[in-house]
Amino acid sequence: MIKVEGMTKRYARTVAVDNISFEVEKGRIVGFLGPNGAGKTTTMRVLTCFLPPSAGTAKVAGFDVLEQPLEVKKRIGYLPETPPLYPEMEVVEYLTFVGGLKGIPRADLKRRVGEVCERCAITDVTTRLIGKLSKGYRQRVGLAQAIIHNPDVLILDEPTAGLDPKQIIETRELIKSLAGNHTIILSTHILPEVEHTCQEVIIINRGKLAAIDSVENLTARLRGSEAVAVEVEAAAGKLNGGEVQQKLEQVAGVSRVICKESRDSRCLFEVESLQGRHVRADLARAVVGAGWNLLELRPVALSLENIFLELTAAEQPAPAPGGKQ
Amino acid sequence: MKNIFIICRKEMKSYFASPIAYLLMALFAVIFGFFFYSATAIFVMRGMESQMMGRGFPMDVNEWVIRPLLMNASVVGLFLIPLITMRLYAEEKRSGTIELLLTSPVRDIEVIVGKWLAALLMYLCMLGISALNIAVLFAYGKPDWKPILIGYLGLILQGGCLLAIGTFISTMTRNQIIAGGATFAVCLLLWVLDWVTAYDPSTFGRVVAYLSVVTHFEPFSKGVLDTKDLVFYLSMIFFGLFLTARSMESLRWRA
Repeated sequence: MIKVEGMTKRYARTVAVDNISFEVEKGRIVGFLGPNGAGKTTTMRVLTCFLPPSAGTAKVAGFDVLEQPLEVKKRIGYLPETPPLYPEMEVVEYLTFVGGLKGIPRADLKRRVGEVCERCAITDVTTRLIGKLSKGYRQRVGLAQAIIHNPDVLILDEPTAGLDPKQIIETRELIKSLAGNHTIILSTHILPEVEHTCQEVIIINRGKLAAIDSVENLTARLRGSEAVAVEVEAAAGKLNGGEVQQKLEQVAGVSRVICKESRDSRCLFEVESLQGRHVRADLARAVVGAGWNLLELRPVALSLENIFLELTAAEQPAPAPGGKQ
Repeated sequence: MKNIFIICRKEMKSYFASPIAYLLMALFAVIFGFFFYSATAIFVMRGMESQMMGRGFPMDVNEWVIRPLLMNASVVGLFLIPLITMRLYAEEKRSGTIELLLTSPVRDIEVIVGKWLAALLMYLCMLGISALNIAVLFAYGKPDWKPILIGYLGLILQGGCLLAIGTFISTMTRNQIIAGGATFAVCLLLWVLDWVTAYDPSTFGRVVAYLSVVTHFEPFSKGVLDTKDLVFYLSMIFFGLFLTARSMESLRWRA
């Protein structure tokens, strides 16, 4: 559905996006991940024909963004970082205007406006002035605007920025419910969001593609191991941390033991094991067998956060290129 | 075509949703009203004088009242036009709604013409108020209506050309005040260019004076429809909108 090949975007002095290529299949939800100024917004702007690429090509539904921008624009719904709203308009008035602009026939317009209002849960503010709406409602009107013409591709630039937790969950659900019929690209720098909503992740850092894979693969590929947190307490008196560490290292399948925290009578370890080896039962037996108390034993979730930091921290932190224009 | 209409309607709504439309119409009503009062008062006084002197020839309303009025209206327009055009693009650029317009399946030219048409309509609403004053003349006298129509056509053309220039200037900044100020400066310059003829009778002076919007309006105010002036205004409108289109395009490439 979306095909980007060797796309580069240069601003006057900086390279915002440097030779990135990726493909998105129909009906997928793709998370676009990267620190601030990584080039997420720029890439999205190229895909929406707002900016032309400096080099390379970008195609949406087979249409090139430079050659046939009108065809591309017809198939794209776009929610920029700040929703493009006119404060002096009423919600329905605004959606009708956008619908007309997107080429919805007048006969269908009213029905479509009603549908998206329902879908985005803004039916109770339809006659309010947009300028008087709260941030959450504005965001949802922005989303309604993006889906009004039922586009094949939805491009959402930080759709949950500035929403309260409840609204974030609702928006995520809404985005998920749109998948299937729509191909969705959403950018964010909030990692749990990607884990919750997306099937695929594109990580981009300082204008370059850092990784592209499914969420599960990425988690598995980048850490060939699983980790367990173990907290041990001495039955009486002081606990010898080194002794415990040794004991834990002897458990079959354990690859590394790190002492995280050590107090008088208790120690917290992080135990890494080879992938596919479930060492928790053995760990528990080893601890209890040695006469210590096992206070806690829990798997450490290897979140995208670790992967993300690993990928983006590889280069030393420098002022990111590009930036929001 | 449909898109032009959609954009135009939205812009008109924006004008009338903000105080700017009412402010413009009120300002114009007051200023034009004052001119109207002065012109008719002078006319009535002169008329009485000539009667008392025993000169029986009838005085011409068109010549004495309407022509100076139209000239004045054209100057007042010059001052108010920046207020109409300054927000057209500057506002969209500042609030980010330009992203909506540029990523919607509409051609740049449709957006430009739609916005310009809305500005022209706004200008017409403003001019429309002066029709009330003219109606008073018809109620109490017998002015010739054809020169009046030509005069208004001239006002519309002159307005259209300055509005096109204002639209262009509005694309270049995200600050409405800068857009308004620059448009005002350009309007003023285009107005006073004909002063050149006063001290420079060379060809260069004549060419510069030719660019003045007022030189071309004068025949219209007399009720003369000259193709030369018509062509001037139409080509200026075209030129202004053309520059706007170029500026919109460069907006994408510069970003």
